[in-house]
Amino acid sequence: MRYDSLLDSLGHTPLVGLPGLSPSADVRLWAKLEDRNPTGSVKDRAAFFMVAQAEKDGLLTPGATLLEPTSGNTGISLALVAKLRGYRLICVMPENTSAERRQLLEMYGASVISSPAAGGSNEAVRVAKQLAAENPGWVMLYQYGNEANARAHYETTGPELLADLPEITHFVAGLGTSGTLMGTGRYLREQVPGVQIVAAEPRYGELVYGLRNMDEGFVPELYDESVLTSRFSVSATDALRRTRELLDVEGILAGISSGGALHAALALAAKAQSAGRRADIAFVIADAGWRYLSTGAYAGTLDEAEERLEGQLWA
Amino acid sequence: MAIEVRIPTILRSYTGGAKSVEGSGSTLSDLLADLESRHGGLRERLVDDGGLRRFVNVYLNDEDVRFLGGLDAPVKDGDTVTVLPAVAGGAR
Repeated sequence: MRYDSLLDSLGHTPLVGLPGLSPSADVRLWAKLEDRNPTGSVKDRAAFFMVAQAEKDGLLTPGATLLEPTSGNTGISLALVAKLRGYRLICVMPENTSAERRQLLEMYGASVISSPAAGGSNEAVRVAKQLAAENPGWVMLYQYGNEANARAHYETTGPELLADLPEITHFVAGLGTSGTLMGTGRYLREQVPGVQIVAAEPRYGELVYGLRNMDEGFVPELYDESVLTSRFSVSATDALRRTRELLDVEGILAGISSGGALHAALALAAKAQSAGRRADIAFVIADAGWRYLSTGAYAGTLDEAEERLEGQLWA
Repeated sequence: MAIEVRIPTILRSYTGGAKSVEGSGSTLSDLLADLESRHGGLRERLVDDGGLRRFVNVYLNDEDVRFLGGLDAPVKDGDTVTVLPAVAGGAR
């Protein structure tokens, strides 16, 4: 496939069957390989659409400074677009994210401001909002509330899935900003009667939930419960185990959050199988495993890997 | 057998520091009422007039109860209920 530039090659990612993990010929699992995007993650779609929209809206002039709370993939995607379009990027990132992510961001030319590990991305969002208020000239695209994030998936991920798998019965993706689920979910619901839209939410260690009070909680502005049909909380243990199964059985080296999505997809598959219903379940591989090698997720026993992951933001 | 309820750090002042407590009931609403009889004040931190509070997530065997009927979600002995605050979570 030939494209005019790297940015033009966004999307059109492969959807691959998982014959080894699918329970039967009537209940099939499909992985959408979003690591095959320009910077290697699903976030390229949101980042490119958010920047394009801001340019259309006249928010970005040459040399403008972008600010974003991001512990990794979105930052890396934005850093690439910013570099190619001539903007400066500052990322606010929790200090407990993987070394690869920080190095990648700096390599693409972004500056990184660390936020405290306790409170995870909640804290990064808070720090970024404060910086944005103090620096009115900076542009915060704000992935958690930017409509172009969800629209990227409504206009690209959704149509790609439907074209490749018209018989789709379930769509599963990790829940973070909710952009992938909202955009793809809305599109599929319009096109496929009865389709199930299922969120797989990572469950972290206690540190990440260490709020001072319940009112400090956070729900992304993009999140609309009515788009989903169910939502699963997936432990680090289950996500890790499934990430390893993906590699062992299907040869796919995926990031840990993709193992979480697979865990939910397998639960849906088992339910369909025992009910004797056919199912074609597509789930998102958000990124590849390379970005997590330093977390130790792929080394030693599962117990050892889980121990190393404690307190880290693995998705 | 009973229903195990896992309590987040921030609400353990209501459970004497316990990470998990046990309760019974046939719906989530019943279960919370049962817990309230031993852990006074807990229910009000989870529920307001409109149902579950905005920043409270409750999972029944790892599935969000908002998609299982909310406070009317059926529960039974042997189930695990996990309460967590809604947070932005991890890497975005």
